[in-house]
Amino acid sequence: MKLLFESGSTGRKMSYLPACDVPETELPKKLRKEPPRLPEMTEVELSRHYTRLAKQAFGVNNGFYPLGSCTMKYNPRINEAVAADPNFLGIHPLQPASSTKGCRDALALAQTLLCEVTGMDAITFQPAAGAHGEYTGLLLIKKYHELRGDSKRSKIIVPDSAHGTNPASAAMVGYGVINIPSNAQGCVDMEALKAACGDEVAGLMLTNPNTLGLFDPNILEITKLVHECGGLCYYDGANLNPIMGKVRPGDMGFDVVHLNLHKTFSTPHGGGGPGSGPVGCKAFLKEYLPSSLMGEGRKPHSIGQVRSYYGNFGIVMRALTYILTLGSDGIPASAETAVLNANYLMQQVKQYFPVAYDHTCMHEFVLTLEKTKHDTGVSALDVAKGLIDHGMHPPTMYFPLIVHEALMLEPTETESRESLDEAAAAFRAISEKVVSDPASLHNAPLTTPISRPDEVTAARSPILRYQFEN
Amino acid sequence: MSYPNELKYTKTHEWIKEEGDSLLIGLTDYAQKELGDIVFINLPTEGDAVTAGSSFADVESVKAVSEVMSPVSGKVTEANEALADAPEAINEHPYEAWIIRVGEITETEELMNAQEYEEFLKEA
Repeated sequence: MKLLFESGSTGRKMSYLPACDVPETELPKKLRKEPPRLPEMTEVELSRHYTRLAKQAFGVNNGFYPLGSCTMKYNPRINEAVAADPNFLGIHPLQPASSTKGCRDALALAQTLLCEVTGMDAITFQPAAGAHGEYTGLLLIKKYHELRGDSKRSKIIVPDSAHGTNPASAAMVGYGVINIPSNAQGCVDMEALKAACGDEVAGLMLTNPNTLGLFDPNILEITKLVHECGGLCYYDGANLNPIMGKVRPGDMGFDVVHLNLHKTFSTPHGGGGPGSGPVGCKAFLKEYLPSSLMGEGRKPHSIGQVRSYYGNFGIVMRALTYILTLGSDGIPASAETAVLNANYLMQQVKQYFPVAYDHTCMHEFVLTLEKTKHDTGVSALDVAKGLIDHGMHPPTMYFPLIVHEALMLEPTETESRESLDEAAAAFRAISEKVVSDPASLHNAPLTTPISRPDEVTAARSPILRYQFEN
Repeated sequence: MSYPNELKYTKTHEWIKEEGDSLLIGLTDYAQKELGDIVFINLPTEGDAVTAGSSFADVESVKAVSEVMSPVSGKVTEANEALADAPEAINEHPYEAWIIRVGEITETEELMNAQEYEEFLKEA
């Protein structure tokens, strides 16, 4: 399809901008010599452009979206209605405090409720995404060691099933990473953890349940070992969905937590809207948090601000709406349904493709197509592409790295039994294709405007801006 | 897939070529095949220390980012800068596309010969 730069024609315009009611001023010549070459088009042209793009995209509102470890749950419309309240929309963070009491109260309520869910004592809403939360949380840990004069601690323990952002965030903070292997059950290898613990360890980063969808049965022992060697424990909240309202990271022994409101708390995820990765901590780390700007006074030991003002306020309001809508019964019921859905789907799909770690799972499970690929040439990628032709979004591919030819599925509590059955039927149809006509799967998908984008060329020689011909 | 006899191999799928006091490290044919099309490599710079059992570079394919591990402790005396512009050379000629040259070697992990490495791949 045509790009905006290839559409429209000189002189076309829309009527959004009111007439200029102040004197016009020329830009200083050294700032810009020529006017920018912006597309010139009518409203209908622009509207059609974006509608065309939207039609070619696939989101939770289009169909089943079981992207593992991403928790692509449905975003209830009531969240949008609340966030669009004119009293929220028309507000500015620099307004006098006396005129923003309602917004501050709403933020304080969200803090209280999320502390309750996580078992933490304080929360900052500034981080704008999960990895931003990891960075912020690690800065708290670093500050804690620094202020105790414990300068030797320079390493973070990360299991090999972790999200790639964990070691990356540790590196951003200036820590080295100790990678520890998983045991045969897919959980933390306790002997390796013991060996890694020592006086250079600043902390441990862990997601529980982990990326194999397994709840680590040794979690209390894990956090105890890290604390005993002087480190702190960081909970990556990416997989909080199956335990919210059931188990609290704070009770598992974690000192710092980040949440992904865009995963667990039903705010838009991915291209759908800004993220929010609030960070919670136990009371002894509270003084290191960024200022809440809610009248607590100067914080001499704060790590400083990690984003402007209150973070993505509208997103926090959506999450607050979600929590209040579900209530104290609905939150754990949602977690239970997420686990039930994942197990229901796993029991069906494993008839067609093997599960990497075949236990009762939490919110997600991982298939391994290693044998399928070896025997038939059909890879995890081919199956993922084939699923698109069955009207669903592919699962996460090739992650976690410890599983070869991995497909990772997380259905979430949103899905009905019928939609899970349809997904299972799609897997069955593909498993039959693997036997009858494996070569055909190399060409999937056939029903999309673009079949297989050239990912290699896109990565090696990316075109990042429009090049005018003249 | 081929595993030249004159090279030595690690369990993490690097090949080692000894050249006098220094040695070259690259990725094996098996490694490049498993990774798929390599689109980016993050190289160390000359003078960097490498530690046996730790990573010294990472390679990115369309599938994933993976670390390249050093089986020796020593100093990077040369990095193959040509790979920065053409990382696909690792896919095309894995045994010509060396990644770093290491000198001042103080420690070496146990390495496999070609036959042992092929056995190791069969078991894995």
